[in-house]
Amino acid sequence: MNTHTWRGKLESVFIPLAAILFSLFLFGIFCAAVGANPIAVYGAIYQAAFGRWQSFQNALIRAAPLMLSSLCTALPARLGLVIIGNEGAIVVGGLGAVAIALALYTNVPPLGSQIAMVVAGIVCGGVWIGIVGALRYYRGVNETISSLLMNYIAIALLNHLVGGPMRDPSSLNKPSSYPIPNVNMLGDLPGTRIHYGLIYGLIACTIAYFLIQRTTFGMAARIAGGNVRAAKLTGLPVGKLTLAICFLAGSCAGLAGMVEVAAVHGRANESLNANYGYSGILVAFIARNNPLAAILVAILLGGILTSGGILQRRLELPDATILVFQGIVFLVVLFSESLYGKLGVFQEKFDGNDRIGLVGSTASDRSGNVAG
Amino acid sequence: MATTELGWWGVPLAIAAGTLRGSAPFLFVSLGECLTEKSGKINLGLEGTLLTGAMSAYAISYLTKSPWLGVLVAGCAGILLGTIHAWLCQQPKVNDVAVGIAMIIFGSGIAFFFGKPFIQPVAPQLPAIAFGSWSTSPQIQSALKICPLFLIGVAIAPVMQWFFASTRWGLYIRAVGDAPEAAKAMGISIHRVRWLCIVAGSFLAGIGGAYLSLYYPGSWTERISSGQGLMAVALVIFARWQPMQCLYAALLFGGAQAIGPALQSVGIDSYYYLFNASPYIFTLLIMIITCSPKRTLTGAPGALGKS
Repeated sequence: MNTHTWRGKLESVFIPLAAILFSLFLFGIFCAAVGANPIAVYGAIYQAAFGRWQSFQNALIRAAPLMLSSLCTALPARLGLVIIGNEGAIVVGGLGAVAIALALYTNVPPLGSQIAMVVAGIVCGGVWIGIVGALRYYRGVNETISSLLMNYIAIALLNHLVGGPMRDPSSLNKPSSYPIPNVNMLGDLPGTRIHYGLIYGLIACTIAYFLIQRTTFGMAARIAGGNVRAAKLTGLPVGKLTLAICFLAGSCAGLAGMVEVAAVHGRANESLNANYGYSGILVAFIARNNPLAAILVAILLGGILTSGGILQRRLELPDATILVFQGIVFLVVLFSESLYGKLGVFQEKFDGNDRIGLVGSTASDRSGNVAG
Repeated sequence: MATTELGWWGVPLAIAAGTLRGSAPFLFVSLGECLTEKSGKINLGLEGTLLTGAMSAYAISYLTKSPWLGVLVAGCAGILLGTIHAWLCQQPKVNDVAVGIAMIIFGSGIAFFFGKPFIQPVAPQLPAIAFGSWSTSPQIQSALKICPLFLIGVAIAPVMQWFFASTRWGLYIRAVGDAPEAAKAMGISIHRVRWLCIVAGSFLAGIGGAYLSLYYPGSWTERISSGQGLMAVALVIFARWQPMQCLYAALLFGGAQAIGPALQSVGIDSYYYLFNASPYIFTLLIMIITCSPKRTLTGAPGALGKS
């Protein structure tokens, strides 16, 4: 990272900002092309997301799972792994949390049940992505594809469990598990509608930041991500590192699933599969895998996601409008990667070639092909 | 289908029928991906291309009453998305896998956005050729109804195999994919070859999407592709980057997909969703078995995955 020069810092703030502005511009063109007034669309998004405290709370509620989900991509990126199994880990984490909550029911005090749910979410999500890491390290299976396939397997598992073994017979139209007892639900922050999931998200991002930026563990991961062979020669336990990072990554997404279950839905059903996984990948990309930046980006994107309803009601745009917007942002942000080190204003003595990032130099150091 | 008359024999027959009906999208997408990967780039975004192809084919077929025009437009939609991918993934420092993920989101966004009004209406479907008219069994008759588009896909596989092995253009593509430096020395424009391969591959994937919405399952919904575009990437690995083997692998995957519905038809539905996950589990198992951390895969283009 270019953090040792103020020009480098400026660059890593300026380029993402410019990318987001440019994608707003492109999205405006798209809106105009389909016959909507871009200014009205932006206005609606802003109002729905950040206009009033009431609506900003919605943005924060959505931001909580996004922060946790983004870590599922951001942490393994340290190792040069592109993991996009966030959705699956969220689903599995949520399922685990519901299962333990239903097993304990009201036999333990609410705090005990909540701790059990947190642990279940962490373990289930962690093992889920841990498998991806193990397959990558021991079998050379491409982690991007395997984690994506695992998403579909997780969703099938969810459909199977809530449609069969865990099904509440009273849930007719939307098969769901039995509800978890109300006393065990995560409450809201005093005086707001924002649930405690936000605190989980903030804590997880902060811990992740210190873990990867300020500890030897994070340093080791960065070295292993840069060059596996060199890392092995220096005696780093690359396999253990891979497993540990993947477990941590999955546990964050699993926690997001637990939060969704324990604070929003109160039961497991297909609402668990609400695209927070894919949006989380976008958060990690825009934040350039920096967990603290991910907090801001998650709040921003959370706000944009809440505006889907208003766009539909007020401007009669399909809810997929937000998906198009996300796609455009994603593409522009990726393109902006090629601008690092090219803009003369930000150059001092050397360019950004030593960045460790998802799309940076690490890709070429990873072994040969799709399969490993 | 009155499978009950055949009892348990209905299961293999239903799987065979499902294979003939359901493997075409895998076939088109995997041939497209094979062409793309031969030139040294990966296109994960074919999932989005598949969705966009399905949506545009359905919309055009509904609006013009001509399903074949729909197929053509689906291919053109693929070309459009392929152009974006080809341009973006060849920028310096831009990873093609990441572009693929972005294109999945963008492609599905476009498909859902413009496809919203077409979820309800019924569009004219592609015709089927009845190869089973010799049989008196209605099961066999319906199993052997085959869409001409599937036959076109089956025909493309050997042509592509021959193209790679025996033509000058095939040699260029292999050179670009295996040893870009050598290709450059031969005076080939790497950029242009990859661009053409990605665009042509996306064209095929778009047609695969058209098959989904215009023949099997034959309607436009937002869940129509359910990861088939991604499975194609694994399928190409399994097929060792050989078009003919892509054909066999596509049939295998189509068969795996048909297990769940086939078992449901004889009354086994308690594990319906898990059986529906069988193509994904199957893909994962294949990758676990065929991959190795020690050696690069035989048949993999040398420059694949290197930016």
